[in-house]
Amino acid sequence: MVVQSITGTETEGDGASRLAARGVTVGYGARSVIDGLDVAIPPGVITTIIGPNGCGKSTLLRTLSRLLRPTGGTVVLDGEDIAALRTRDVAKKLGLLPQAPVAPEGLTVSDLVARGRHPHQSWLRQWSSDDAEVVRRALAMTGVSDLADRPVDSLSGGQRQRVWISMTLAQGTDLLLLDEPTTYLDLAHAVDVLDLVDDLHESGRTVVMVLHDLNLATRYSDNLVVMKEGAVLAQGHPRDVITADLLREAFGLRAMVIDDPVGDRPLVVPIGRTHVELATKATELL
Amino acid sequence: MNGADVTANGAGRAVEAKADPRAPVAPGVRFGGVSFVWRPRIAGVTLLLAVAGFLVFCVSIGVGDFPIALPRVLATILGRGEQVDEFVIMDLRMPRALAGLVVGVALGVSGALTQSIARNPLASPDVLGITSGADAVAVFLVTVSGGAATAVTDLVGLSAAALAGGLGTGLLVYFMAWRRGIDGFRLILIGISVNAVMQAITTWLLVTADIRDVARAQAWLVGSLDNRSWGEVHVALWCTLVLLVVVACVAFQFKPLHFGDEVAAGLGVRYGAVRAVLLLCAVLLAGVAVSAAGPVPFVALVAPQVAMRLARCPTPPLVASGLVGALLLTGSDLVARTALPVSLPVGVVTAAVGGPFLVYLLVRANRR
Repeated sequence: MVVQSITGTETEGDGASRLAARGVTVGYGARSVIDGLDVAIPPGVITTIIGPNGCGKSTLLRTLSRLLRPTGGTVVLDGEDIAALRTRDVAKKLGLLPQAPVAPEGLTVSDLVARGRHPHQSWLRQWSSDDAEVVRRALAMTGVSDLADRPVDSLSGGQRQRVWISMTLAQGTDLLLLDEPTTYLDLAHAVDVLDLVDDLHESGRTVVMVLHDLNLATRYSDNLVVMKEGAVLAQGHPRDVITADLLREAFGLRAMVIDDPVGDRPLVVPIGRTHVELATKATELL
Repeated sequence: MNGADVTANGAGRAVEAKADPRAPVAPGVRFGGVSFVWRPRIAGVTLLLAVAGFLVFCVSIGVGDFPIALPRVLATILGRGEQVDEFVIMDLRMPRALAGLVVGVALGVSGALTQSIARNPLASPDVLGITSGADAVAVFLVTVSGGAATAVTDLVGLSAAALAGGLGTGLLVYFMAWRRGIDGFRLILIGISVNAVMQAITTWLLVTADIRDVARAQAWLVGSLDNRSWGEVHVALWCTLVLLVVVACVAFQFKPLHFGDEVAAGLGVRYGAVRAVLLLCAVLLAGVAVSAAGPVPFVALVAPQVAMRLARCPTPPLVASGLVGALLLTGSDLVARTALPVSLPVGVVTAAVGGPFLVYLLVRANRR
């Protein structure tokens, strides 16, 4: 598979996982959130981590990105223990977008995206012509070229998220980790951002993200990692993973899983307690 | 419909998007392997501030019981003055003027660093307990006579002891605010609390002390540039220069920290180490300023905010903040000595000038 890289250099995906957690245990203080978890991120596809609140989704993503240091086990990036790598070298391989980042008031879009070049710069080399070119390409790829001289805080939530993704792209990595990229966005903007994420995947990047919305996760991912209480409950293609039984087990959610009328993926229809006309039928179906 | 919708539906697959050559990214200055972003506004404002600071510095030197005209001041500074001027300027007035510049730069840069680190304009060294800690120690040494206090004062001097007090308090605030990293709000809240305790101690000492000691303590408590000697100025100058070099070296790694720890980590910055070094530099700079001029209020809070608004930067620009600090302090000292019938300590004027100016900038920004 040929990766169209933003820096112009092309790399060959080798089909093997570039990022994996091996028996990681992670916790805050004495409390461990994840205990002995194994997961391998398949290359070139979108992997989405889902699970109920507090199951350790974000903790796993933060561990994979080296924001959190596991107390046990290792995270392996390109065959090396990520903890042994220099922070800067990790940043050249792996782009990370944390949940709800905040830019200083008045900062322009192009200055924010330009900061994505940081891992490639040095004290003396703060703004090469390559940097300018890569930033232009990142702006274009996320469709925010026209907003380049606007302050980030004057944009709508969806535009702002595109700009942050653009910054991560300017980093020039083909591995992107996005922590809830659709937080605070209405459905239309969430779909818009996820379409962009899919574009990035189409251009050969490996994406790992955390999402709350099950149907968006199902629609946009090729690989789902379902977590519960710090462990992986199931992993695989949404078609194989999303079942009524799994939803009950993972989320305690009563739901029907039907065929998505506009796609080739399953669709989750939550049942809940009220306004259900076919309650008996739904129960039978379960 | 907003821009995001348009791009989603209209621009097609972003994969095919080519770099838009018209996208306004910052221009660069490049020669050989060295390259920088070129920001004309910041460069211009910085240059203007430097020129203005130097002029006020020269005027300030010329003003006094023996007035010296500006051209003669300039000639003397360049080493081609008359002997009388040379004595008055180099021996009598230069230490005071230079102390003003150094203290102003130190406070301005210190404020820019603390405000950037806490990502909050309220986080000046004053708020973080450095000044109040120095005050408390100084007042303690002045008012509690005899025994260990006098021994300490005799041994290291009041300024050095106050500096140690300020640094100790600053570090105390830092470590108490530490909880898996530094959170701006927590830092400020703890700083304000520690400040309150230190001020309470100072007040208690003043109330219970002998009235003559109180007068001496009061002289310390209002920052002043009176009676600076070359010795004191040399120490402050070299300490400040060394600290500024350290800040300059680390400043590049600091840029991503304006976006928060996690984004900075994602961009390959060891944020804990970078922040610790810079916060230590900020505390030391403020400490040097306090030991050289006493607690000069408001400069560290106002200078970075003024510099930001003049240069139209989203974050406090370090060099411009230092220059605004120097201009503010030197100008205030000039006003304190000339504009009023009684010569006032510089600290009174910095508060009186700095406060309203910041309010003016904020009001103007709101109207726009």
